[in-house]
Amino acid sequence: MIEIKNLSKIYFASGQEILALDNVNLRVQKGEIFGIIGLSGAGKSTLIRCINMLEKPTRGSITVDGRKITLLDKRELRLARQKIGMIFQQFNLLSSRTVFDNVLFPLEIAGAPRQEAARRVQELLELVGLTDKAGMYPAQLSGGQKQRVGIARALANGPKLLLSDEATSALDPQTTRSILKLLKDINRQFHLTILLITHDMNVIKEVCDRVAVIDNSRIVEVGHVLEVFSNPQTPTSHSFVNAVISRDFPGELLHSTTERSGDIASKLIRVSFIGASAGQPLISSMIRRYNLDVNIIYGNIDRIKDTPFGNLTLEVLGHPGLLQEALDYLRGEGLEIEVLRNA
Amino acid sequence: MLELLGNNSWMAEAVLLATWETIYMVLTSTVLSYLFGLPLGIILVTTAENHILENRALNQVLGSIVNAARSIPFIIFLILLIPLTRFLIGTSIGTVASIVPLTLAAIPFVARIVETSLKEIEQGLIEAAISMGANAWQIIGKVLLPEATPSLLLGVAITAINLVGYSAMAGIVGGGGLGTLAYYYGYQRYEDTVMWITVIVLIILVQGMQMLGDNLANKIVNKRR
Ligand SMILES: Nc1ncnc2c1ncn2[C@@H]1O[C@H](COP(=O)(O)OP(=O)(O)OP(=O)(O)O)[C@@H](O)[C@H]1O
Ligand SMILES: [Mg+2]
Repeated sequence: MIEIKNLSKIYFASGQEILALDNVNLRVQKGEIFGIIGLSGAGKSTLIRCINMLEKPTRGSITVDGRKITLLDKRELRLARQKIGMIFQQFNLLSSRTVFDNVLFPLEIAGAPRQEAARRVQELLELVGLTDKAGMYPAQLSGGQKQRVGIARALANGPKLLLSDEATSALDPQTTRSILKLLKDINRQFHLTILLITHDMNVIKEVCDRVAVIDNSRIVEVGHVLEVFSNPQTPTSHSFVNAVISRDFPGELLHSTTERSGDIASKLIRVSFIGASAGQPLISSMIRRYNLDVNIIYGNIDRIKDTPFGNLTLEVLGHPGLLQEALDYLRGEGLEIEVLRNA
Repeated sequence: MLELLGNNSWMAEAVLLATWETIYMVLTSTVLSYLFGLPLGIILVTTAENHILENRALNQVLGSIVNAARSIPFIIFLILLIPLTRFLIGTSIGTVASIVPLTLAAIPFVARIVETSLKEIEQGLIEAAISMGANAWQIIGKVLLPEATPSLLLGVAITAINLVGYSAMAGIVGGGGLGTLAYYYGYQRYEDTVMWITVIVLIILVQGMQMLGDNLANKIVNKRR
């Protein structure tokens, strides 16, 4: 759906060059919800704004739905933009227009016939659950409702791609969840590709299929969300993952040892489990099979999009040989095992 | 006030006529100055850096012309424009003739005041419209002007009020209206009554215009709130 090749963006501000994007390459598949996460100033907004050319790339090319958006002339670009919806952190609704007329706005721009457009607006308001607010002005709505209007407006011309620039960053956690659910529903219902940027890993966890981590103007990691959560490859990704599912625990635990007699070995391990394996009693069958003792240090289970995901930190005590076999057994069952300490 | 005028019917008539002339001059020149000043203000805003019709050269040239025109005191403007007014109207005396310098003096003022109103609109709204594929006309007509309407209306009131003052100055050099009245009777013939009546009428006119502007602007703001 989107193909970004060697994209660089340099800003010139007060005589200085700011490299906001450094040779970015990225592909977003049709129908997926793709998240881009990064710290403030990493270049997220710049990247998403290049995709509908709100920002003109310095180098590189961007293809959206088979068309090189970077090569279009003004008129073609305007037409292409009608098929790329965008929602914003600050909603950007027109205060001079009612909810109804705000959703009508992009249809007016596209020159849709009046009657058809009005019907479409009704349909969209129903979709986002704001039929009863049609005659209100944006100032009379809550943040969540405003964003729903923003979403309805972005969908008006039947886009194939929806860009979301921190659409939930101004909302409280509960409202954020309801907006994310709406995005998920829309994605399923219309096979709409969604590219969203955020600095909140919870957003990624809740809705995204794949994620790219952007750090200091560069994409440093791309992968399926589950992959990145269970096995982050870079320090940046690591800290984002830790922010939502706490994987680190007090350091002294790493060094404290349980009393044990001579031929008993101990390992501190972290077990990550995803999806189906989360439902099976693998740990207890390991204990029985290999005659081990287990000391539960920390555990956590969560949901990434629709898949259960968890991790468990255990101190495992037992005969050294059996201990090794036990870990291999768990790995064989598809669990991710990380040995944190050997003793 | 009517009591004051009661035994002086010629005075009542003169004041009424002069008031009407002033209103006529002010309204006509307000309308005409917006006819030119509004587009000029829109051009000033949209050709500025990072705006929808960015054009540095045009923006700077227009900006300088507007600044130059605004730096000429109105009384000098009046004299400077006498030949032009004669050419356009055939005379430089009277209410119709006054409309020329009043309008020309107000155009750059209107341009700046419109510019200020339109500049207040958040960049995000314009970007949202661009992201939907809007062209410059659509952005001006559907975003800039409607969003700035309350502020633009206040600007109209300020312009009209300024023009009341200017029209009085024009009156002193034969432009008609309350200025002429005050000058002839008040200044040259020491008719204090006329002088004071003129002042009171002017105050009422200005108050009325300000209230009208405020009310209209508030009505819109309240509806949107
Ligand atoms: N119009 C601009 N002119 C100059 N520099 C800019 C401009 N826009 C962004 N930058 C710079 O480019 C870099 C990336 O900015 P960008 O807005 O893309 O970051 P971001 O990841 O969206 O951050 P945030 O989470 O704070 O929104 C920053 O260093 C920023 O200062
Ligand atoms: Mg940003």
